[in-house]
Amino acid sequence: MEVAHLGKQVTTGDSVLTILSDVSFSVASGVAVAVLGASGSGKSTLLGLMAGLDLPTTGTVHIDGHDLFALDEDGRAALRGRLLGFVFQSFNLLPAMTALENVMLPLELANAPDAAGAARLLLERVGLGARMHHYPQQLSGGEQQRVAIARAFVISPALLLADEPTGNLDAATGADIIDLMFELNRERGTTLILVTHDEALSRRCGRSLRLAGGVLQP
Amino acid sequence: MRRFADIAMAMRLLARDWRAGELTLIAVAVFIAVASVTTVGFFTDRVHQALTRQANQLLGADLVISSNRPLSEQFSVEASRRGLQVSNMLRFPSMAARDMNSVLTEIKAVSSGYPLRGELRIADVTQGVERTAQGIPAPGTVWVDERLLLRLKVQPGDSIVVGRSRLRIASIITHEPDSAIGFINSGPRVLINATDLPATGLVQTGSRIRYRVLVAGDADGVERYRAWVATQLAPGQRVESIHDARPEIRSALERAERFLNLAALLSVVLAAVAIALATRRFLQRHLDASAMLRCHGASRGRVVRLYFWQFIALGTLASAAGSVAGLLAQHALALWLGGLVTVELPGAGPVPAVHGFITGLALLLGFALPPLLALGRVPTLRVLRRDIGAPDGLGVLAYLLGAVVICALIVWRAGELRMGMIVAAGFAGAILISTLMVWGVLAAIARLKVSGVSWRFGIANLRRRRLASVLQVVALGAGIMALLTLTIIRTELLQLWQTSLPRDAPNRFIVNIQTDQIAPLRDFFAEHGMAMPELHPMVRARLVRINERVVAPADYTDERARRLVDREFNLSWATRMQKDNLLLAGDWWDVPESRRDQFSMEEGIARALGVVLGDTLTFDIAGRNVTAAITSLRKVDWDSFNVNFFVVAPPGLLEAYPVSYVSSFYLPPGNAALLNAIVQRFPNFLLIDVAQVMTQVQNLINQVARAVQFVFLFTLAAGLIVLYAAIASTQDERLYQATIMRTLGASRGQLLRANLAEFAVIGALAGVMAAAGANALGAILAQKVINVGYAFSLDTWAVGIACSMAGIVAAGYLGTRRVVAIAPLRVLRDLS
Repeated sequence: MEVAHLGKQVTTGDSVLTILSDVSFSVASGVAVAVLGASGSGKSTLLGLMAGLDLPTTGTVHIDGHDLFALDEDGRAALRGRLLGFVFQSFNLLPAMTALENVMLPLELANAPDAAGAARLLLERVGLGARMHHYPQQLSGGEQQRVAIARAFVISPALLLADEPTGNLDAATGADIIDLMFELNRERGTTLILVTHDEALSRRCGRSLRLAGGVLQP
Repeated sequence: MRRFADIAMAMRLLARDWRAGELTLIAVAVFIAVASVTTVGFFTDRVHQALTRQANQLLGADLVISSNRPLSEQFSVEASRRGLQVSNMLRFPSMAARDMNSVLTEIKAVSSGYPLRGELRIADVTQGVERTAQGIPAPGTVWVDERLLLRLKVQPGDSIVVGRSRLRIASIITHEPDSAIGFINSGPRVLINATDLPATGLVQTGSRIRYRVLVAGDADGVERYRAWVATQLAPGQRVESIHDARPEIRSALERAERFLNLAALLSVVLAAVAIALATRRFLQRHLDASAMLRCHGASRGRVVRLYFWQFIALGTLASAAGSVAGLLAQHALALWLGGLVTVELPGAGPVPAVHGFITGLALLLGFALPPLLALGRVPTLRVLRRDIGAPDGLGVLAYLLGAVVICALIVWRAGELRMGMIVAAGFAGAILISTLMVWGVLAAIARLKVSGVSWRFGIANLRRRRLASVLQVVALGAGIMALLTLTIIRTELLQLWQTSLPRDAPNRFIVNIQTDQIAPLRDFFAEHGMAMPELHPMVRARLVRINERVVAPADYTDERARRLVDREFNLSWATRMQKDNLLLAGDWWDVPESRRDQFSMEEGIARALGVVLGDTLTFDIAGRNVTAAITSLRKVDWDSFNVNFFVVAPPGLLEAYPVSYVSSFYLPPGNAALLNAIVQRFPNFLLIDVAQVMTQVQNLINQVARAVQFVFLFTLAAGLIVLYAAIASTQDERLYQATIMRTLGASRGQLLRANLAEFAVIGALAGVMAAAGANALGAILAQKVINVGYAFSLDTWAVGIACSMAGIVAAGYLGTRRVVAIAPLRVLRDLS
């Protein structure tokens, strides 16, 4: 992944707010990178831009050779469907679907054969083999995040983006979740970009990027 | 291939949403909407058929073709070929004799099957037990009415001479369904078998015979046959149904029909409101899901397609289920009603089910499509930041397509453009005005200094959720407005029907009173201790020209107009306008020195003939032409049963022409002797008994009134769904907010009061909107469409606002009880 001169400004009323300013870095495939920073430092905005969920004011992002912002919205969606996995702080599971169905969803969207089989395997892998048919509201926070991780890995993404994945969890559960993510990352050779404000967590990544006031610290 | 994959995926998503209960409200809204539209449709369809059939009893058939010359066989043959029932009848005046006595009678020769509608009742002896006749008189016998027995001094079993035949009296006719049709039943009735007719030798060239072919069958079949007959009619032949025969029945049926249509229409409005609310809620709950789908690689188009197919499937299933439920419900209703409605309800056609189905699907898509397109535009960033909300499409503009769909449905279902347009415009206006009003009021009350934390909080909520609040008020207001409008019209209609026929309404008409008989008639009434009834002059005339144009029946497609031109008009003159007439346009000749050459015309006939105020009419009266301009148009209350005329002139125009007089009076029951006395004293009089018609009309009206009440109940049920959907539409938000407040230490009582305060304001605003809208729309509909009066009443305001507040607060309490009772942690987890 190549991020070059990325900047994001938003206009609120008559004032212009700079959230990100001239951020550039590159990430080689298979490594784990932590993006650190205090609240409001622009971490989540950077993650959103790297995933093509939002448009930058300036700069480019290349993933696997594709210029993300040269694609239109649907092109970016297709790219995400193929290459990117997500884990969110608030899990973002669909409440109307069981654990299994939530994990199947990305495969189903890609019309992949045997979505259920692949999803079952991954749920077993994250330790939820017995809870596949439970709805998110019947699962604990840690279990919900495991479902979210299974959903992220089910398409075998080249790049996994995680936004404060332990933010809503207690310390012990959070540690389990992180272990699981790193294990899967190793097993599958996925590139991991992890947004966090947890210094301990960042030390487990091979590399750390630090954001302050929207600017990448040297 | 891709499309099938999308459909398959959409179905999977649908099944998951269904299982999770996400679709319940929207499915129930569509289901109830379709069921209520279908039930009301089925019911109005069947009641309409039953009422028409009931009315047709007065004709003895659904359709009658008549002529002064023998009717071609083809009319009967074609009717039989189409599977319709046919019967032939000849009517003519002739003498009947016994010993030295003879009397002028009305002979009616009938063939088997008569009467096709209604029943003939007979008795074996005078004052004997009445029973329904099975069949017609056997060959060689006659059935006669009691007047003949009195006049000829005969008894059942005796024989009378009719023409060259001697026929035995077998039974006494006590009730003839079609006796009141046509002004010709002056003499006692003799009913004979048509096979006896040739032997009597009475059918000869020059006999005054009226030939009739009676036809009956299912409504559609008869209507198609009627269309065929219209192309076959020769001069002097005419076809009539009950609508053509009696204006008072026509107007009662038309009003009932319009009301039933209106009820069906308003149930569509209610359905639309319920579906709009449920759809909005569904889409709001699916914002996250669609952001998620996009995040996982689904394109905008794909997200839209996935939801589109879901809605199609959901709409199809719920609408189909609703249609079936409607069918079952109206069967149950018909069984239940069986005891109340004396007419047999004919089977319902499939059309209402199809209408209901189309209505459900159209409404769902109309209200779902714009927000659906907006779902495709949900920013994917929402997966990271929940505060990024719904795209603009979910706003008020999204309802434009829905509004267009509902207007189209209203006009379609109204059956007539004018009523549809008035209802559509009424609701559009009410919604527009109240949206602005409620928006303003909510802004204003937010500034009020209210004591009490609950009230303050409740009112603050209204302002904070201003769009949702406005939507809630307007939706509820529109729903209640539909119910109130129907209530207003129903009240006016029932009142009109209850008061339209006073106990002493005229029940006998006297026709053919000559000028020199006026004084003797006055003496006659005085002798019998009765007041002399009002006399109306009558001049027979034929319309020959409108302005400079010569008029011919072929100029008109409207059958009533054709017949009017073909037949003779009864003209009259009067100084004052009759009490049951209403001047619609122009001026009445109140001033003594006004012109003599003017006509006042009944508005319905003016419309049928295509004439307007200022046109001149030329009538041929006994070979001389009389020309005058139309200077006023009147509305005539035919329900009054008073003598009325289509065309009236001022005194001075018509006096020089041959004139006779007509009158109507009330004869209390049990005074048959008086009738005989009149006939004996004035043998040339035509005495017409409308008592039977009036009883039938009254029965008809009572049944329509019942039908109207039941249809109203169904509309009410649809209204309750609106209430539920409206309360549910903000429930998630209430839950979330209540949880936070509970967490912060608010008591259940405080929360409950805050919610109730909010609902009370919503109820009051919706009530005001509903009362104002319903009074305005009701007034217009009552006067312009249903043709009943409209009296402003504070009751509808008081009842509307009180019921609205009470209903909404109660429903709000029931709907949000959970909000204050549930453990906060659960809600937080549910909603996280």
